[in-house]
Amino acid sequence: MGQNNHIHHHLFEKQNKPVKFSGSTLEVVHQLIKRYPEGQQKSALLPVLHIAQEELGGYLSVDIMDYVASLLNIQPIEVYEVATFYSMFYLDKMGTYVIEVCRTGPCAISGGEQILAHLQDVLEIKPGETTHDGLFTLKEVECLGSCGTGPVMQVNTEYYEKLTPGKVDKLLEDLREYANQPKPGDSTWVEKFC
Amino acid sequence: MGGKILLTNIDIPGIRGFDVYRAHGGYAAVEKALREMSVAEVGTEVNRSGLRGRGGAGFPTGLKWSFLDRKSDKPRYLVCNADESEPGTFKDRYLMQHLPHLLIEGLIISSYALGVNTCYIYIRGEFKYLVGILEKAIREARQHGFLGERILGTGFSLNIYVHPGAGAYICGEETALLESLEGKRGNPRIKPPFPAFKGLYGCPTVVNNVETLATVGPIINMGGEAYSKYGRGKSTGTKLISACGNINKPGVYEIEMGLPVEDFIFSPEYCGGISNDKYLKAVIPGGSSVPILPADLILNTVKGEKRLMSYESLADGDFVSGTMLGSGGFIVFDEDACIVRNTWNLTHFYRHESCGQCSPCREGTGWMEKILYRIEHGQGKMSDIDLLVRVAKNIEGNTICPLGDAAAWPVASAIRHFRREFEYHVKHPEVVKNIHHGAIELNAELMGPDSGTGIKYW
Ligand SMILES: Cc1cc2nc3c(=O)[nH]c(=O)nc-3n(C[C@H](O)[C@H](O)[C@H](O)COP(=O)(O)O)c2cc1C
Ligand code: SF4
Ligand code: FES
Repeated sequence: MGQNNHIHHHLFEKQNKPVKFSGSTLEVVHQLIKRYPEGQQKSALLPVLHIAQEELGGYLSVDIMDYVASLLNIQPIEVYEVATFYSMFYLDKMGTYVIEVCRTGPCAISGGEQILAHLQDVLEIKPGETTHDGLFTLKEVECLGSCGTGPVMQVNTEYYEKLTPGKVDKLLEDLREYANQPKPGDSTWVEKFC
Repeated sequence: MGGKILLTNIDIPGIRGFDVYRAHGGYAAVEKALREMSVAEVGTEVNRSGLRGRGGAGFPTGLKWSFLDRKSDKPRYLVCNADESEPGTFKDRYLMQHLPHLLIEGLIISSYALGVNTCYIYIRGEFKYLVGILEKAIREARQHGFLGERILGTGFSLNIYVHPGAGAYICGEETALLESLEGKRGNPRIKPPFPAFKGLYGCPTVVNNVETLATVGPIINMGGEAYSKYGRGKSTGTKLISACGNINKPGVYEIEMGLPVEDFIFSPEYCGGISNDKYLKAVIPGGSSVPILPADLILNTVKGEKRLMSYESLADGDFVSGTMLGSGGFIVFDEDACIVRNTWNLTHFYRHESCGQCSPCREGTGWMEKILYRIEHGQGKMSDIDLLVRVAKNIEGNTICPLGDAAAWPVASAIRHFRREFEYHVKHPEVVKNIHHGAIELNAELMGPDSGTGIKYW
């Protein structure tokens, strides 16, 4: 949080996805804006950025942030400020699966450190890096609010709890298999709000 | 007694859905409040109940509500704090996952009492799967006439909206939360003005925790007086405790306030004792921000009384020998836990989560993390220990929001109660360089005699 500052180099990067929501998503965005009083449309920024990140390529490029600014009728800088503050928004291209391992105390004393070490071993990357095949990004995160079922990690938006190295191996195997198919699990942000 | 108030029906299949919830007495409290009680009467019942905020500070809820600026002609807001990011705390998540309608019911009655027509639930973004559950519960309540325009044919209207955060512990602090809800960075505001006068969009606002608000329905059902009979002294009612760490049965438990800590840790009904038959070494009873206590002080106060699960008893002895109930995030450490490593770990957390507005917090958390890293990795000096104490002292009380204190207290208390373990780290660099050193070697040197009660602790 707070310390991300990799905005500039994306200024020159081309997105391969068009920076535009589909008609139905746009409809949801307009509904979201109506949840806040008139003139306070900026309040919809966090939910809309979640949707944008999910639907427009997995991270927030400058093009995407500018697009969101135009939707909410605010200055682009207001979006950059926010996108760089919150840890769930990514400013760089991520792997297909972002693996976020909880590193905080309660998880650490129930085996979280070993889970992170195991992931580093088998994926041969360090936290903050992505595997060469672009499949996995490994990250350390702070308490996920699931300390009673630690060690915990989040893969994209799904929680995996009471982890063991064996369970992690099995999961990675499943994810590799899934990679060419529709994603497993959870419904999208847009579906959540409908 | 010893009964449950919030989780009574949690095991009923389908209780998450409206129909089953309603069939078990759900929304009767809303009907009672809106049809039979005036706004003032609802407030009076909450006052009588003695309910105190469950978000961490334990501030009396009725009193907080009475501060709300009702003279202003601006709209008023109720914001439900579902940010739950305090390490060790996972009770609100449990409540929302299993009993979403209990929260919605509490929000309707509280909004009625506060004269609020728009309520936001600010939920941490990682709890995405709960957003769908809450949105569904809101839709169901609306379909059945408990939300929307002219609820139950009365003149009262209310909309509730779920608003996701995006990964920032600081957004649990109420003014940072309001900033975040306005679509900004989560930088806490300087108080005063308090949210009761200038909160969301500069309007009078009440911010309450999920558990606090979920308790309002049961209070209306049973009456404030009856609620206040539960618990002990000024810690009325029940409290959700999320227990984790080296125990046999981690999980969320509803306890009546006043339960002895010893029973909570060792009774099979709750934590079920320390896992792998180890000794109890220490407990952080109220989320990572409250002082850590060694086993003897968490079980008994210095006066020799049994320590109880209540605001007053846990705070008995102040910070010299006491701690706080906080959010009820109960973290248990066994004999193998390394207090230095844990303190370093938590300080990393606070350094990472500091919003960076005040120098004592921004710089101080970084310094403490670096010094603790040195000590934990066998590069520490004896003078580092007092240096840590000094840095912690200089953060405490010198910041815009209480995150600074929350970062200072764990460090100060760990050194206060476990100084010998810090010294051991400095004296035995070759031992502690092994990252799995735990405290095995220290045990032999530091462990006290068996308590003789059959309960093993340091
Ligand atoms: C750094 C920090 C983090 C906090 N996190 C939370 C949180 O996650 N949930 C919560 O309810 N209160 C949290 N609080 C407390 C809130 O500021 C506020 O006191 C609380 O939501 C009030 O509700 P209550 O009176 O019902 O307890 C936090 C406070 C601080 C200083
Ligand atoms: S104490 Fe820390 S988190 Fe709170 S406002 Fe200051 S810098 Fe930000
Ligand atoms: S410490 Fe890992 S989920 Fe809380």
